[in-house]
Amino acid sequence: MGMTVTEKILAAHAGKDKVEPGELINVKVDLVLGNDITAPVAIKEFNKIGVNSVFDREKVALVLDHFIPSKDIKSAEQAKAVKEFAHKHDIVNFFDVGKMGIEHCLLPEQGLVGPGDLVIGADSHTCTYGALGAFSTGVGSTDLAAAMALGETWLKVPETIKFVFEGELRPWVGGKDLILHIIGDIGVDGALYKAMEFTGPAIEKLSMDGRFTMANMAIEAGGKNGIVPPDEITRAYVEGRVKKPYTFYQSDPDAQYSNVYRYDASKIEPLVAFPHLPENTRPVSEAGQVELDQVVIGSCTNGRIEDLRLAARLLKDKKVHKNIRMIVIPGTQEIYKQALREGLIEIFIDAGGAVSTPTCGPCLGGYMGILAKGERSLATTNRNFVGRMGHPESEVYLANPAVAAASAIMGRIAGPWEVE
Amino acid sequence: MELKGKAWKFGADIDTDAIIPARYLNTSDPEELAKHCMEDADPAFPQKVHAGDIIVADKNFGCGSSREHAPISIKAAGVSCVIAKSFARIFYRNAFNIGLPILESVEAAERIEEGDQVSVDVESGVITNLTKGESYQATVVPPFMQQIIAAGGLINYVAERMKENV
Repeated sequence: MGMTVTEKILAAHAGKDKVEPGELINVKVDLVLGNDITAPVAIKEFNKIGVNSVFDREKVALVLDHFIPSKDIKSAEQAKAVKEFAHKHDIVNFFDVGKMGIEHCLLPEQGLVGPGDLVIGADSHTCTYGALGAFSTGVGSTDLAAAMALGETWLKVPETIKFVFEGELRPWVGGKDLILHIIGDIGVDGALYKAMEFTGPAIEKLSMDGRFTMANMAIEAGGKNGIVPPDEITRAYVEGRVKKPYTFYQSDPDAQYSNVYRYDASKIEPLVAFPHLPENTRPVSEAGQVELDQVVIGSCTNGRIEDLRLAARLLKDKKVHKNIRMIVIPGTQEIYKQALREGLIEIFIDAGGAVSTPTCGPCLGGYMGILAKGERSLATTNRNFVGRMGHPESEVYLANPAVAAASAIMGRIAGPWEVE
Repeated sequence: MELKGKAWKFGADIDTDAIIPARYLNTSDPEELAKHCMEDADPAFPQKVHAGDIIVADKNFGCGSSREHAPISIKAAGVSCVIAKSFARIFYRNAFNIGLPILESVEAAERIEEGDQVSVDVESGVITNLTKGESYQATVVPPFMQQIIAAGGLINYVAERMKENV
C-alpha cells in the first residue's frame, strides 16, 4: 500500500520507511516558528528546560508581527523579551519592525521553507506552507519551547482527506473561494485531526499565492495540515529562493485516503463567510443587502501581491464608499515595495484607503482596525468568530480581495461584476 | 487523579477568541488571563467559576488559534478539567502540555447539565455525574500522552530526556 505526500514527509523526518495513520512518531524539524504573542510564553518554558542553547540557531524563526509596531507598553515588553532571547541565542532569522512581515507571507518569501520540509510553528496558520509541498502545522508555545531545545517534536500521523477540484475557475474566483467552499461543505471540524490534500486540474493551474491561501485555512476546517503536491508552479517559486536542498514528494496512486471529495470548480462562485463561523458560506450573489463599516484587505490569508493586484484592478480611479474605512496591509516589506513599483499603493490611497506596514493587527482584533459595538467588517482574513475583530457584538464577513474591493466601493457586500 | 466540581455548560465550536480574546494577549500572566476566561462566550464566567469546577462543551472545543493562553486562562481560573464531544487539535495538545486534564466523551457532554456535580477519574477516563447518579466512559488517552502527564507536563518530560542525553 502506498503513502500520501503527508505520510512520506513524516516518514522521512521520523527516519522510517513507512508510517501509518494513528502512529505516534518523533520527527526532526527543519524550522520552528514563534511570534510576539506565542514566543514569550515559549521562552519562559524553554528556560525551565535547563539547556544553554537552541538546537540550531538557523532553524528557529522569530517574527514580531501581531502587535508590532508595538501598540502599547505591554506589547512592547513582549517584543523586547523576544528580541533579547533572539540576541542571546544569536537567532539568524529574527525579524523586527522594518524587516518583518506577516509570518506566513514572510517565511516562504524569504526561502526559509522548501518542498518536503517539516515545520512547526506556534501559530495556527503555520499550515500555510503546505502550499509548497511541505508538512507544516500549528502548535502551542510549550511545543515550540520543546522543539527549540530538541530539534524534534512528536506527532500523530493523520489520516488524509483528498479534495479534487475538476474544471476551470470562473472569473473572480480564487483560492479563497475554493477553501471557503470546502469549509462550507464539511464544516469547521470536518477535517479535525486530519491532513487535507488539494489536487485536481483547477489546483494544478492555481498560482502559488492562491495555494498559500488554501493551505492557510486548512486549520479553519480543523485540519492538521493542508498540502498541495508540488509541481512546476512550486518549482518556479522556490528556485533561486530556497537555498537549502529540498524534495518533491508525491502521493502514490494506491495511497489510502479516509475520504475523497470531488468538486466542479466551474460551479463555484465567489463566496462570503457570514458571522460567526467560516463554515457559514454563501455565494456573493445571495448575500443580500449587508451594509458595512470597514473593509480590510491583507493578512496571512490574502495579503500577497496577487491579492493586492486584484483589489487594485477594481479600485483604480474609483473611490471607497463614504461609510467605509478601507485598510490595506501588504503582507511583507517586499510585497509593499512591489505594490509601490506597480502603482498599487497609490491606487489604494487615491481611492481613500489607509495603507499600513505589515501587521496581523486587525485580523485578530489586536489593533489597527478594531470594530465598535454593532459595526460590520468585510475582510480577506481567515476567521469571523464572535469578537474576532473587536467588540463581541461586531461582525466579520470573510471574502476574497476582489469581493472586498467591490464591497469597499459599494459600501455593502458586493460582487466584483457590480463595479467592473 | 480524582477531580470533583460543578459543571458549566457551553455549546459547539467554542473558539480560542471566545476563551481568551486577543485584546488581552499583550500579557501572558496566568492571573491576568484568568480574569477574562471564557469572557466572549459568557461575560460573567470569571466571576462565577469556583476552584475545581468543570467545563462541559459540545464538539470542537478550542478551535482557532494556537494561543496557549487559552488553556492557561482556563487552568488559572481554577477549572479542574474540560469535557467535550471533541477538541480542536492544537488545543488538545496544549492542554496536555500544560497539565490541564481534558476528556472526550459524547455521552458525558450530552447528559451532564449545568450545575450538576461531576467527578472525574483522569487515569481511567471514568466520569461520574453525582447529581444524576450516572457514569460515562471517556476516550482513553494514549500511553505516550499519559507519560507526559506523569512527568508533570511536556517541559518536565523534555528536561528529563535532555538529562539522559548528556
